[in-house]
Amino acid sequence: MKRIVATLIAMISLVGMIAAEPVTVEFWHAMTGKNGEITQSVCDQFNASQTDYKVVPVLKGSYPETLNAGIAAFRAKQAPAIIQVQEVGTATFMATKGAIYPVYKLMPENGQKFDPKVYMPAISGYYSTADGKMLSMPFNSSTAVMYYNKDAFRKAGLDPEKPPVTWTEFFDAAKKIKAAGYQGGFTTNWISWIQIENFNAWHNQSISTNGNGMNGKLDTVLQFNNPTTVKHFQTMYDLSKEGVFIYGGRENKANPLFQTGQVGMHFESIGGYGSMKAACKFEFGVARLPYYADVKGAPQNTIIGGASLWVFMGKSKPEYKAVAAFFAFLSKPEIQAYWHQNTGYLPITKAAYDLTKSQGFYKNSPGLELAINQLNNKTPTANSAGLRLGNFAQIREIEDQQWEEILAGKISVKDGLDKMVQLGNAKLREFEAANK
Amino acid sequence: MTKQYEFHNRGLPLLLVMPQMVIVVIFFFWPAAQAILQSLFIQDPFGMSQKFTGISNYVALFNDKTYFNALVLSFAYAAVVAFSAMVIALFLAVQANKKIAGQTFYKTMLIWPYAVATMVAGVLWLFLFNPNIGVVAYYMKHTLGINWNHLLNSSQAFLLVTVAASWKQIAYNFVFFLAGLQSVPATLIEAAAIDGASPIKRFWRITFPLLSPTTFYLLVMNVVYAFFETFPIIHQVTAGGPGQSTSILVYRVWKDGAVNLDLGSSSTQSVVLMVIVIALTVVQFRFIERKVEY
Repeated sequence: MKRIVATLIAMISLVGMIAAEPVTVEFWHAMTGKNGEITQSVCDQFNASQTDYKVVPVLKGSYPETLNAGIAAFRAKQAPAIIQVQEVGTATFMATKGAIYPVYKLMPENGQKFDPKVYMPAISGYYSTADGKMLSMPFNSSTAVMYYNKDAFRKAGLDPEKPPVTWTEFFDAAKKIKAAGYQGGFTTNWISWIQIENFNAWHNQSISTNGNGMNGKLDTVLQFNNPTTVKHFQTMYDLSKEGVFIYGGRENKANPLFQTGQVGMHFESIGGYGSMKAACKFEFGVARLPYYADVKGAPQNTIIGGASLWVFMGKSKPEYKAVAAFFAFLSKPEIQAYWHQNTGYLPITKAAYDLTKSQGFYKNSPGLELAINQLNNKTPTANSAGLRLGNFAQIREIEDQQWEEILAGKISVKDGLDKMVQLGNAKLREFEAANK
Repeated sequence: MTKQYEFHNRGLPLLLVMPQMVIVVIFFFWPAAQAILQSLFIQDPFGMSQKFTGISNYVALFNDKTYFNALVLSFAYAAVVAFSAMVIALFLAVQANKKIAGQTFYKTMLIWPYAVATMVAGVLWLFLFNPNIGVVAYYMKHTLGINWNHLLNSSQAFLLVTVAASWKQIAYNFVFFLAGLQSVPATLIEAAAIDGASPIKRFWRITFPLLSPTTFYLLVMNVVYAFFETFPIIHQVTAGGPGQSTSILVYRVWKDGAVNLDLGSSSTQSVVLMVIVIALTVVQFRFIERKVEY
């Protein structure tokens, strides 16, 4: 009898322990350095805010490394609940049926209120279906802006408080900066994301059919080799011959050229604002992307880059409840404001922007507000709501490669852009064939 | 010549080779079989659905002109890297093998780069030659007037990755050559010297032939190194660019598989790469090994 009682007590206390133990879910991400610390801190805040759930952030390396680890884990049925995926992976995740649990379903099915309208449309639209169903939770979103060296402007006799607004003014300024003794006038990061994708959205020009692929159809065809883009690339190429434009490499490899004061102007994500602040030993300003004044509808609005959080299928109900609670927590204005102000990424809700503004934060960081306004400049059109391409990473790589061939003089600007479109379309057809 | 030992028990030799066999099967045969299998399918990255497509991945690959370019590039790259790494290492080993002051110091310094991880070696070279921030690039531009820009100039990019990859491998080759040189019997060299053979003749007629087992071993290792293990250098220094001018085969396998998630094509490429390296090794053993004197 004693033994039975003892066993019962043991069992009850065991059950009690299990109940007290929070449901733990893993969150695989690619946020390193300062942004990694803030990610950890957001998770810590969530874990401290309640006792039922625990989110464990795990750094898995770069975006591709994280994606690979997640996919390998999914195939081995060991997937994390949440994975951070860069914008280029969006179409891949959307096209695969049964691998992901869309956010618009996850939230209400797991007891969380979900109103897609609280999110900034320019951000949530990127991760939503054509009929507005949000599939993943926006996490770190940024957009492309212009950075300029105010000292260089002064030296070149330009007004440091009046950055160029049109490309004509911009190229003029670039030449003056070069003439003032700088190595070059300007450089740019991310030729694909900034000078093709954002450039076309900003000029309200179509990047590809099917509303830049956003309507979910797979027979999308690239068409950014339009006269405006050709003219723009031709000008950049011509200026590279004069040494006014200096190529700094793919992705964000051009940063040192600007940060060491070799060129006076630069294009980079607003997400790089923090590291720019840390690296530049001179006063710099942030400005909107320039536009060609003769293009109708310009400036329209820019598009985002960055990453969102996807939820894998195959988890238990309590785990999904944990994820939904975490996403609801992430969407809170104060959490978003904290994230935005500490990382430089854009707030995903209007409420977080209003909160940040009311706190007076933008007085010291006007660049961040400028980026938000540029993103929300006008109601997005089919050309500027976003971009959803299959095999997107390959397409961007093709663009990088052809741009290098153009600059090396191996192919003309027009032919190079045509080739980007042609090779990119071949990748789109492969994606179509694989996902039919 | 070789002594044969006999085991009287059948179980023991099996047991002794077992760990090695298990490792080979798990880390070589099984993945290789997987790659061959996957190369016959087109599948989504998540493995939710796959379509058997026969040899269509291979057809697509061989119709890709850029793949052919990568093939030629990889052979040229492997040849240059293996040749220069071995020649320089042999030269240094011969010099370090002489009775000179500070011999140990030289040897240590020459072996040192081997301790540097390939990834780190890539970063070191990148920092020296980066056209925007590299010290050497700056010096070349401002003092020598050479416009160094491997971000756009494909010959310079090729030169840079070849030099970096060779540099990394010299230390490894140096160790083996030095060991080989030390096992060359001094009596033979002395006898030749007494017969009036010049130092150069002594090297080519006596030392070099006696080194042939080492040279042959290093040739195989260097080719494999250039084809596979220089990946981190390419990744760090040029990322395959400009254009695709330094995308060697193994870099493409990684890029298409790990970044672009095109598992079918990536598997196909790794099967092709595997066949190439097996063929190269067979050729080396069949034809070059005959000239080797053990």
